[in-house]
Amino acid sequence: MTTTAPGPGRSPTRERPAPPRRRPLTLRRRESRAGLALVAPTLLVTIAVIGIPIVWTLVLAFQRVRLATLRKTGLFGEFTMDNIDRVLHTPGFAETLWVTLIYSIGGTVGSILLGLVAALVVRRPFRGRTLVRASMLLPYVAPVVAVTFVWQVMLDPQLGIVNAWGQRLLGWDAPVPFLTQESTALATVIVFEAWRYFPFAFLFLLARLQAVPGELEEAARVDGATPTQRFRHILLPQLLPVIALLGVLRFIMTFNKFDDVYLLTGGAAGTEVVSVRVYEFLTARTDIGAAAAQAVVLAVVLIVFVLIYLRFFGRRVS
Amino acid sequence: MDRDVVETVSLRWLRRLVIAGFLAITVFPFYYMLVLSVRPIERLLLDPGALVVGFGELTVATYAEVLKATDDGGQGFLTFIRNSGLVAVAATVLTLLVAIPGAYAVARLRFFGRRQVDFLFLAVYLFPSIVIAIPLFVVFTRAGLRGSLFGLVLVYISQTLPVSVYMLKNYFETIPVSLEESAAIDGAGRLGIIRRVSLPLAMPSIMAVALYDFMIAWNEFLFALLFLVDKPNRWTVSLGLSLLADGVEVPKTVLMAGSVVLTLPIVILFFASERLLTEGLTSGAEKG
Repeated sequence: MTTTAPGPGRSPTRERPAPPRRRPLTLRRRESRAGLALVAPTLLVTIAVIGIPIVWTLVLAFQRVRLATLRKTGLFGEFTMDNIDRVLHTPGFAETLWVTLIYSIGGTVGSILLGLVAALVVRRPFRGRTLVRASMLLPYVAPVVAVTFVWQVMLDPQLGIVNAWGQRLLGWDAPVPFLTQESTALATVIVFEAWRYFPFAFLFLLARLQAVPGELEEAARVDGATPTQRFRHILLPQLLPVIALLGVLRFIMTFNKFDDVYLLTGGAAGTEVVSVRVYEFLTARTDIGAAAAQAVVLAVVLIVFVLIYLRFFGRRVS
Repeated sequence: MDRDVVETVSLRWLRRLVIAGFLAITVFPFYYMLVLSVRPIERLLLDPGALVVGFGELTVATYAEVLKATDDGGQGFLTFIRNSGLVAVAATVLTLLVAIPGAYAVARLRFFGRRQVDFLFLAVYLFPSIVIAIPLFVVFTRAGLRGSLFGLVLVYISQTLPVSVYMLKNYFETIPVSLEESAAIDGAGRLGIIRRVSLPLAMPSIMAVALYDFMIAWNEFLFALLFLVDKPNRWTVSLGLSLLADGVEVPKTVLMAGSVVLTLPIVILFFASERLLTEGLTSGAEKG
């Protein structure tokens, strides 16, 4: 904290008497000052509400802290590996990690594929295009609580429309409890993820598609390339860098996701992802140390995956 | 017929089909939400597959129940709307106050650590919010900020700040420097330039960022859950809906009315400003 303050805070008062007597500050230095002063509030908020908490989580992960004993624990109490040990050996740890991975990869691939198809079909102008494009963004902008609730009701075995129609039109023998049985819950959550986040991929891919020069495709057409060939050899190579970037962005975001899974299944029926588990440690068990340790494990695993990804696709992303 | 013709014709039809399919999957859940919110629960139980509301069964009693205060036998959503609105507006205004100067500095001024700031925001944006949630939960519990809307506003500012700065920065960079220089020659100081030249030019982008911030704050769930769960009169709409949906006491149709209340402001805002928003979000995407 104290290290950031002097720049914007103290120096102007110290320098104020200087200009009339000595030569004024150079333009360059004044610019630098102004820059720091203007960016200071942003930095302060970010450091206070995000930077410090991240470091603190690291500290908490190695301390024995429970909500009840919170007042007694100092910032630098005794350090212990207990939490990490406990987190690694609590039943279900490996499974949670595995579920999170499947969920993230499934959600990422699903949303990018859907987004790609969506971008390809609305690329060229047609009547009502603006409306179609706006509608396609609805799942992404609508409140997560509202859309998860609608999905829950739609998939409900008793009052859900999906089961009503499934039984009437598709001849299902019994209603399928999509979100509460092990065999379908994770898949349903992944489908939801793809549905909710394809607009994100769609926006980026559409923007890129519209920047592809028309002459490229025109030339390919003159050379006799069919539509699928033009996609394969002209459009796809242009899109690959964006797809690679979307891959890493969506993977990170899905890996960290809490709301969607928590609201759809509460982490039951084999859908417990790491962030839901952290939440459980934090609130149900009020075991802050274990929650922090679990969160650190989440961050570390995430960083490892991203590094691996960048190693393979790094050149494309940058 | 050669391959080109076959592909062109079949793709043309496929394309229409796919567009219709996308429209169906994106719009249907919202249509379904609306339909359920005006049907009595008994009718829904009898015929869960119905897609249109019969004239005789149309009801707005669900809305009355969801909006009324709990003392009057309702679910108190009016209070939730007030809370959500308050938090979202405060978070939006404060985020803009902090982000505009920050973004301007990153876009225009050379200062020590400018490059690092850029990277810092990306890292913050992608960092798991649950990691940040733990110490904030601890601090807020200690400071007595848990259960206060102010604490929530503070968190929302930090959550929307990185993207806000990023979007605004991209826009400031598109404003020709020469405009600012001519203002400087005319004797305007740095703040005068920002206020008289840069801000008016950046208005569309600022509006887009404001809408984005408002939507994020209005829709947010995790931090509201962590901080406000014990204080029913401070619940936001999102939190209230999710907590009531967990129980079995409140009929689903009434809760559907609640979700319409939660979704409608966002959808209206979004359709009113769709172009502004989509361009704001992806500006700079072409570079990558």
